[in-house]
Amino acid sequence: MTRWLPYPLVSLALLVLWLLLNQSLGPGQFILGAALAVGGALALTALEPPNLRLRRPGAILELSFLVIADIVRSNVAVARIILGPRRPDETSGFMSIPLEMRAPYGLAALAIIITSTPGTLWVGFDSARGILTIHVLDLIDEASWIATIKQRYERRLMEIFE
Amino acid sequence: MTDGTDLPAWAAILTALFVVAGAGLTLIGSLGLLRLGSFYQRLHAPTLGTTLGTGGILIGSMIFFSALGTRPVLHEILIAVFVTVTTPVTFILLVRATRQRGTDLPPPSPPEKNTKDLAH
Repeated sequence: MTRWLPYPLVSLALLVLWLLLNQSLGPGQFILGAALAVGGALALTALEPPNLRLRRPGAILELSFLVIADIVRSNVAVARIILGPRRPDETSGFMSIPLEMRAPYGLAALAIIITSTPGTLWVGFDSARGILTIHVLDLIDEASWIATIKQRYERRLMEIFE
Repeated sequence: MTDGTDLPAWAAILTALFVVAGAGLTLIGSLGLLRLGSFYQRLHAPTLGTTLGTGGILIGSMIFFSALGTRPVLHEILIAVFVTVTTPVTFILLVRATRQRGTDLPPPSPPEKNTKDLAH
């Protein structure tokens, strides 16, 4: 935008963050926060982030609730596996999922979702071929994992980010 | 500064429930590091602590400080956001490092379907 505020929203968020962390609206903290806001946004320009375009805020809310529910459910599932009898190593393994999504922020969000859901780990994404590799702790039914990630997450993320 | 004695009973019980649940899940996650067989399996265990474990303790903290009315409960939201956004970086780095060193069976590239872990 301007020279000093290339990302006004990021700067605003950094300022609010600083004031919240310090629980203060005093002029001293405000100046420090403003310096952080301007410096942080300038540092961000060096990274040349791709443009972010968000659509369908309703889908964001829906996805958030879905993910929270999935996190609770998979926490219980993984706790069961840990506390249960020792299992053969063959029950876990790698699997690949072809993705249609290419939006960088959508992929970042998917990485956060997959990593925050216990039982699945993001291993890598081959952007040339669009193939996501994940590691699954409880790999009994591969098809259901593909369906979960494509139908539940990828479809909604594409609605939001593409 | 914060004295738990003037905490109403309902808030004390709720706080205790959430903190114990969160700490318990984190403990189970740590146990998983001992119990699970291979490196990639063990990587799944600490995610219990970084998700619901952290979440439970944070909710307990929010109830505690809201009931006491000592401060606005916004710190916890910031903590949750930071933990959620930074944890994947740690795990992805761990996986990358493991693949780089080749100490465990890496997912083949191009990945085949359902390659199994090598047991240690």
